[in-house]
Amino acid sequence: MKTQKIKKKSKVKKKTTNKNHAGATLAKEEDFNFAYSKAPQASSVVKVKEAYQLYINGKFCDASQKKTFNSINPATGKKLCKIALASKKDVDKAVASAKNAYNKTWSKISARERSYYLFRIARLIQEKSRELAVLETMDGGKPIKESRDVDLPLVAAHFFYHAGWADKLQYAFPGQKASPIGVVGQVIPWNFPLLMAAWKIAPALATGNTVVIKPAETTSASIMHLAEIFQEAELPDGVVNIVTGAGEVGAALVNHKDVNKVAFTGSNEVGKLIAKSVASSNKRVTLELGGKSANIVFEDAAIDQAVEGVINGIYFNQGHVCCAGSRLLIEENIKDIFLKKLKRRMQQLRVGDPLDKNTDVGAINSKEQLDKINQIVDAGKKEGLDFYQSKTCSLPSQGYFYKPSFFNGVSSASVVARSEIFGPVLSIQSFRNPEEAIAKANNSPYGLAAGVWSEKGSKILQVAKALKAGVIWSNTYNKFDPTSPFGGYKESGQGREGGRQGLSAYVELQS
Amino acid sequence: MKVKKTIKLFIGGKFPRSESGRVAPQYFAASKTKVSAHYCQASRKDFRASIEANKKAEGPWAARSAYNRGQILYRIAENLEMRRGEFEEIFISILGYSKSKANKTLEQAIAAFVYYAGFADKYSQVLASLNPVQGSQHNFTFPEAIGSGVLAEGSSTKFVELCNELAALLATGNVVTVLQSPTCALLLSPFAEVLATSDVPAGVVNLLSASNDELMPVAASHMDVLYITLLEDKDLALVKGEAIHNLKRVFRAPANGRSIESIAQAVEYKTTWHPTGF
Repeated sequence: MKTQKIKKKSKVKKKTTNKNHAGATLAKEEDFNFAYSKAPQASSVVKVKEAYQLYINGKFCDASQKKTFNSINPATGKKLCKIALASKKDVDKAVASAKNAYNKTWSKISARERSYYLFRIARLIQEKSRELAVLETMDGGKPIKESRDVDLPLVAAHFFYHAGWADKLQYAFPGQKASPIGVVGQVIPWNFPLLMAAWKIAPALATGNTVVIKPAETTSASIMHLAEIFQEAELPDGVVNIVTGAGEVGAALVNHKDVNKVAFTGSNEVGKLIAKSVASSNKRVTLELGGKSANIVFEDAAIDQAVEGVINGIYFNQGHVCCAGSRLLIEENIKDIFLKKLKRRMQQLRVGDPLDKNTDVGAINSKEQLDKINQIVDAGKKEGLDFYQSKTCSLPSQGYFYKPSFFNGVSSASVVARSEIFGPVLSIQSFRNPEEAIAKANNSPYGLAAGVWSEKGSKILQVAKALKAGVIWSNTYNKFDPTSPFGGYKESGQGREGGRQGLSAYVELQS
Repeated sequence: MKVKKTIKLFIGGKFPRSESGRVAPQYFAASKTKVSAHYCQASRKDFRASIEANKKAEGPWAARSAYNRGQILYRIAENLEMRRGEFEEIFISILGYSKSKANKTLEQAIAAFVYYAGFADKYSQVLASLNPVQGSQHNFTFPEAIGSGVLAEGSSTKFVELCNELAALLATGNVVTVLQSPTCALLLSPFAEVLATSDVPAGVVNLLSASNDELMPVAASHMDVLYITLLEDKDLALVKGEAIHNLKRVFRAPANGRSIESIAQAVEYKTTWHPTGF
């Protein structure tokens, strides 16, 4: 089989090979314009409701003013379902319900019981993971391959991991007594709707807090299916409450006087507003904000693996990833060969229907986000930067899509090197030595993540140590695990999520 | 006839006057009108110069071995012990402490440096972790210094708490500008001299006598200040509000004195992944 494949390839190469300066042989771009048959995931595995209500005190209910808004399937641009629009009154009701549940049930039951509920929830998520994955893809636009193989397994794993912590907190903080904070107000983004819900809810419940959570307005459907799982798991009423709507609902939640702790994942702009609005209160705050993470490729890297890592770093989830490797820093003497290989790999990315199992890059989450990407890319083009998009890539005629792209020859001061684009657009800079790479990587107000590609262990460790970032992926990128703390230095946030270190965000400690 | 000493600032290992030329009198506790000495009042510009000196010292200090940082902290304790009479005399004459209170204060201040000297090469073993992630990946998390920041004493002298937090910050490899309360500005002089003779590299600790009302808003909004530790609640809301511009970390010193808490809040966690396999 293997030899056959090689033979076939070499036949093609005969016609089109070209040599680069490093002596490596590359086939031309058009060789890789494979046609794929459709491989659609059936959407019938999930019953998408016409309208989703709020989830307060263990029950689904309409918003007090009966208002709703539409949730759009970004792959079609058409309405998927209606979502209840919570008012301030609904937020009051949800917080009161969480406070009541905290005082009457959740803080009274044993840690072991808390643990059992979380284990139950984890199991139910596993059982319903396909329908949740399909809904996640229909509502958010991410490829089914990712929601099925990355998001949902991690959602279940997050509940499993934290379930076990509930009755073992004395080992998490030796010499200190950990107690819950109370009612936690959480606001989450649209890029990993269920995963962010799991990152927020699981540790909060494990440590004995109760929750009011607000999903992003463009991706509110899947968390309501999670609410059904909470019901099925017989989670006591009011332990988790879900309010849906836009920014003003989130503002009402984080500013509510009975919310003792705020956890937010999203944009820097909103994160700073939240931090400001609760500055004069005693509320604890954790923030997981944006990034402009550097992916550094040294000349001694395994080039093909690095190309794969750079692709995964920026085009995973359409680049809607806070820790996306959006700044490629490439050592100057391998830049030409690397860019050739990168372009070739970009031709192979399949952009389109998120429900197709072959799709690598799905739909941009919303029209608004697509406009934002276009706006920053236009600003980059105005700077006269070299802009590249895959030539063979064609986009669906409906819905919101964007071709995988990059800017080359970017300076550190450029808008595309400094602004978080949150889309499939890479900025490429070069460097001459490790010191320059480190200086360029750290030259950002952000400090969420970074990638380092080299086959030399001592270099990786030295560079990793010098980078001001909370997560360092060496010879890999965009890996996540509930046991692995995630969060940023500098303006990328405050606090960590996941792992033993992430628990401290949800407890009061006494020595 | 005695020679009176002017209390100057301590920035980048040097003892400058305030660039503003401002000085203020420090009175004896007993008379309230009799001047013990004059001290330099730090200005906004002095503060910025201090942070610049901190920034230069940041990398090399964090790169010192944990063992070396512990050695230097212990050296501070030794030098404090040697000069404790001088400190006690200041507490008695300026703040009106009793002899036993002054004595206890020094004992606790010295204990702070000894305690965190012994923590410098251990806290990362307590706080770090090897994380059992799925897949063929090696993954570990360890605490690192945040960088340059401010330790503000507040509206009254709290020397023991100040030493606790300062020692914890130094043990973890942070560099710091200390805003000392002018209620006992005289302390700055022997304290700076202790630091200067304990092998603390220039710029790792800077000491400024400062009015909080003037310098807190400047510190809270300075973009190169990455953390602020407060010893009292008074300015907490102001600092948290201003801190949002660069999301500086804002800490209130733990109430219980020496513990891992002061260390745990003064670090950033870095998680590193690497694949395993042949």
